[in-house]
Formats: sequence, structure tokens, C-alpha cells
Amino acid sequence: MRYLVSVIFDRPGLATPDEMAAIAGFNERLQEEGHWVFAGGLGGPDTATVIDNRGGGALVTDGPFVETKEFLAGFWIIEAADLDVALKLAAEGSRACNRKVEVRPFL
Amino acid sequence: MSGADVREAITQAHRGEWARVVAALTRRFGDLDIAEEAAAEAFAVAVERWPADGVPPNPGAWLTTTANRKAIDRIRRESKRDDKQREARTVYHDDPPEPPGAIEDERLRLIFTCCHPALAPETRVALTLRMVGGLTVSEIARAFLVQETTMGQRITRAKAKIKTARIPYRVPSAEDLPDRVSGVLAVLFLVFNEGYLATGPGTDPIRHDLSAEAIRLTRLIRALLPADGEVAGLLALMLLTDARRPARVSATGELVTLEEQDRGAWDTALIAEGHRLVRERLAAGVAPGRYQILAAINAVHTSARDVRDTDWSQVVALYDQLVRLDPSPIVALNRAVAVAEIDGPEVALAAVDRLADQLVGYHAYHATRAHLLRRLGLGGQARAAYDKAIELAGNTAEIAYLTRRRDQLGDRSRSMPIEGS
Repeated sequence: MRYLVSVIFDRPGLATPDEMAAIAGFNERLQEEGHWVFAGGLGGPDTATVIDNRGGGALVTDGPFVETKEFLAGFWIIEAADLDVALKLAAEGSRACNRKVEVRPFL
Repeated sequence: MSGADVREAITQAHRGEWARVVAALTRRFGDLDIAEEAAAEAFAVAVERWPADGVPPNPGAWLTTTANRKAIDRIRRESKRDDKQREARTVYHDDPPEPPGAIEDERLRLIFTCCHPALAPETRVALTLRMVGGLTVSEIARAFLVQETTMGQRITRAKAKIKTARIPYRVPSAEDLPDRVSGVLAVLFLVFNEGYLATGPGTDPIRHDLSAEAIRLTRLIRALLPADGEVAGLLALMLLTDARRPARVSATGELVTLEEQDRGAWDTALIAEGHRLVRERLAAGVAPGRYQILAAINAVHTSARDVRDTDWSQVVALYDQLVRLDPSPIVALNRAVAVAEIDGPEVALAAVDRLADQLVGYHAYHATRAHLLRRLGLGGQARAAYDKAIELAGNTAEIAYLTRRRDQLGDRSRSMPIEGS
């Protein structure tokens, strides 16, 4: 069972060196225990570009698809037996990156 | 067997067996939705057949077998309709053998799943009443004053989340158990309180069906987790509170406060049972949690034959203990009420006034102030506080009581020189 753990944040800027170290430690643990699938940090919403090609000609728009105060700053994709396991890992991830996270199952 | 006897047997079976049937089917088919529907169908068949065929010797086994058949029918129907083999087991659970001493009752898995922290609190309440309590969606909707379709959607969404996000169907590990049990108890306490002091105009001030259901489910948890002190504490608290119900609302539909209640009308059997549980916890010699302390406070009140015999210093000592565990302003407010009986209303009022910032939107804060101000002879201020309390209160019997108190004040306070402060 795979879960997306989204990192939610409301300010631009990178993780601090302490946060980076904690994230690296957490990632290592995920790999050792077989939970790791993928993870990454994202550029801020002002680096986003929206493409809509539903009508044929691809329409390109600068900026995120929806303007919100909080945005997706990064994510983990983890392998976990059930939601209890995923929530425990997400709690550790939240502490490591010092940000709020959201957990959603892949279908 | 008469028709009435059969109806009684069906009611008994519903109370005693519903959760067991749903739990057994959830375990077997791995799907709450299938389990719920098949259990409901099995009971419908019982209503149809038992009056003619007689009540089976083992109603629980009959219901489980019938429900199993209904569930298999549905799975066959759906796999035919979808034209592909449907994966039957969709709710996840671990299957390793239970460690020795682990709690095995299937109903516990059901309760912990329904009260999972990933579900919203109001959803936990609804799901628990449906899956464990066996209340219908329309009964639950009525109890919480929402549309039946809204309640139906809430329960359907919860079942879908349990399945899709894979909320496990199991008793939490020993490490997580205390936290998760307290989550379950919070759900049951919420149901009880809504029954005991129902909110909303046009509602009965006391919804006995809800408080009785909460007590029944807490008894079930107590049977499943007999060593848990907080479970015993919550059950005792509910029993000692419910024991006072006959004296709690007057013939005219007005709330009667603890001081003014006819103590002869209290239910002595419930009080005896509640006291036994409190003594059992005292004898256990383990530091009590919140519910045990609240139960002990209620034990002090229900031990006094007359309000004047109340051991207020014991009540304050218990509140002191509770404040250390739960330093919430509501606990501080209740402590102040007891303090008034020992140190007088002035000391109590000073303590209550310190809570203004946190409790300004809470009707009991204003009602307590009004009461203390009245005792201090500050009629004008008391009236303003009653007005505020009435405006914020949701329970019809409580509004009637506060209104009478305010209006009694009216006559005297007009003649008082301190009016207008």
C-alpha cells in the first residue's frame, strides 16, 4: 500500500541546515526499513506553470493552478502496511522537516 | 410464545448480538459496508420469520449464519454484475496469531476502527452508534439534529475512507492502546452528554435513548477491558450522573440543580453500582485519570443524603487533583462552584472572573457568575449575567431554569440600592 505524504508550508524558502539533516536521517530510516519509494522538495508556487491542452492548443499560464496561502512544498511517497503505519511515519516526517504534512492513499 | 415475547426476543437479540454479527462479518468479508448491510438484512429476516417459526435456540448463531448467507449473496451478485471477480477482502487486518493475553473479542476491533483518530470526531460518534450500537441512520440523524441524508453521507464517506486509506481493523498495539482507548471513551462520553443535556430548541431536554446507549456501550468496553481504570471510571461517572435523572427536570420542564433535587427520587441501584466501581478503583491504588476523578466527585455528591451533608472539602480536593491532570478553564469553573461552599461566594467569584477571557462564550460561565453575584446581593450584575447565560444556553430545561432565576431576582433587585452597577 502506497501513501503520498505532502509537506504543507506557507512561506517561501528552503529548509534550514538542521531541518535538512533531520530529513536526511529520516530518509535513511525509511530506506533501511523498506518504506522508501520516492521523495523530493519542490520549487515555490511562483515557479509553477499551468498547461491546459484539453482543447487542442496548449494554453500556458504563469503561476499555480490555485492561489492559496499554504502550498505543497515537497512530498514523500512511502510504502506502509496500513494507515496506522503511514501516520506514524508521517508524524516523524513532520517533525524532521518541521512542517505540517498530509497523508493520502494511492488508489 | 406470544407475539410480544417474540418482539422482546428480537429486541434482546438486537441489543446483544448486533455488534457481534457486524464484527464477525467484517472480519470474514473484510468490508464494513457488506457487514452492516448483511447484519441489517438478517435482523429483517428474523422479524419476518421468528413470529411464525419461533425464536431459534441460539439467536446469535442463527443471525450470524443468516447474515453470512446474505453477505455471500451480495458478493456473488456484485461479481456477476461487474463481470469480474471482486476482491472480497477489502478491509485490511493483520492475521498473525494473537499474542497470549491479548483481547480477542471481535467487537473491540470494530470499536477501535469506528473511533479511529483519522476520522472526524462527529463521524466517530455516528459510525460507533451505527456499527457497534446498531442504531439506524435515521435514529442517529434525529439524535444529532441533522438531515437523514446528511448523516447517511457522513457514514458512507467514513466507510469509504476506512477502505481506501486502509484504516486497520484491529486492536491497537499495547503501546498505542491507552491513547486509543481514551479516544473511544471520549466518543462514548460525548454520546452520553448529548443524551444528558440535549441541545437545540424543540428537543427533549434529556435524551434518555442516547445516554442509555452510551452506558450500554461503556459496559461492553468494560467487559472487554476489565482492568482499565478509566473505563471503570467513565462507567461509574455515567451511572452516578444517570442515577439523578429522575430528579433532574421538574414537572414543568425546568432543570433542577443538584442542590434543589429531590434526593429521594435518585436511582439507588445505579448509585450503588457506581459507588462499587469507585471503591474498586480506589482499592486498585493506581493514580486515577480524569474520568475516575469525575466519578469520585459524583460519588461524594451521591453519598450526601441532604445537600448540606455534602463533603465539600473532599470535592475541592478532588478538583485540585483534576486540575493537575486537566488544567482547562472548565475544570477551574467547576472547582470554583465547590470553593464557594467552603470559602464563600466572594472568593469563588474572584476565581471565576479570572476565567473571563477563555469562557466568555460558554453559558455555564455566565450562569455560575449569576449565581454567585446573586448570593452576594449584587442583583443588577446577576441579572446581566443571567441574560448572557440564557442567550448562550442550548438546552430548553436549562433556559427555563435560568429564566425563572433571573425573573425572581427582578422583584428584589429593583429595590436594591446597588442596582445599575
